[in-house]
Amino acid sequence: MNVTIMGCGRVGAELAHLLDAEGHKVTIVDTDASSFDKLPPDFGGTALLGHATDEEGLEKANIRECDAFVAVTRQDDKNAMAAQIAKEIFNVPRVICRVYDPLREEFYESLGLEAISPTGLFARLLKEKLEK
Amino acid sequence: MYAIIVGAGQVGRYLGRELLGMGNEVLLIERDHKICEELGDELGSVSLCGDGCEVALLAKAGIARADIFIAVTDEDDDNLAACQIAKQKFGVPQVIAKVNNPKNEHIFAKLGIDHTVDRVSLVLEHTKLQITGFPLIRLLNLKERGLDVVLVRVAEGSPALGKPLRDLSLPSGSVVSLIIRQGQECRVPEPGTMLEVGDQFLCLISSGSEEEVAQTIGGVSARQ
Repeated sequence: MNVTIMGCGRVGAELAHLLDAEGHKVTIVDTDASSFDKLPPDFGGTALLGHATDEEGLEKANIRECDAFVAVTRQDDKNAMAAQIAKEIFNVPRVICRVYDPLREEFYESLGLEAISPTGLFARLLKEKLEK
Repeated sequence: MYAIIVGAGQVGRYLGRELLGMGNEVLLIERDHKICEELGDELGSVSLCGDGCEVALLAKAGIARADIFIAVTDEDDDNLAACQIAKQKFGVPQVIAKVNNPKNEHIFAKLGIDHTVDRVSLVLEHTKLQITGFPLIRLLNLKERGLDVVLVRVAEGSPALGKPLRDLSLPSGSVVSLIIRQGQECRVPEPGTMLEVGDQFLCLISSGSEEEVAQTIGGVSARQ
């Protein structure tokens, strides 16, 4: 699988590493060069300095060839906009974005995006653990 | 009318002041506490401090009864998110977004935000008008009708000189609506009106036919 990841924070870097280790072709983009320090030394994918919230940036990030696009920057709006461009303009088959605001997760789902709210997810997980 | 404005930068603040002056109910949503305080001093309690893209905050702001929602922050992704939530989640009847990067305008349209204001392009159009020899600038884009209102200038050497309007091969559907001639009153042209050097006219054209009009009137490309 050919995957583009936007945002090289802890989650982005870890996902890039996992996919790369399994032999997938990974491109990871971030606006901060030092964020790539989180990638393991043997990372075989492409780390690209730049932004991916407009068409040009996404094209540089290999969006036309990718099978999946994952937006995991710290900002909900950036993730949602990039994800929508990937889905609606570039027709990427699989698009997932992170939104911290659980209410917005619901909203973006209603627009047909695959949105995941770590806040909601983690809260549910904690609740399950407590109830055990 | 109840207007919600997200982003109290220069545009948002001015807009807020004007809309208040016209007797409307206005709420400015701004992230920066300091700006919110300043707004309070200047305009009274018309601001709410927080993230204008957050669903809970917007609900608290009474967005469900808003008549118009305007997002004018300096970040396109914030403006897009706020407007999408206002329009598609809360059904605000009128939604307007400021687009900071002109290249994003068509993305906003594709994602359901039809009313956008692109200041960069506006300045660009006005700059073009100051450049001698430039045949045409776009004044207004009526997106829902697929029409543009353009101002066209007839310069020395124009292929349109000495011909009556009816003989000009303007793109079909174009309407020349007003001739502005130096030293004369503006007037509505007739099919037999002849264009003169220095004339300017307002013309309604279908979007995308600017190039053709520039060729017909200026004999040059609109992108020179």
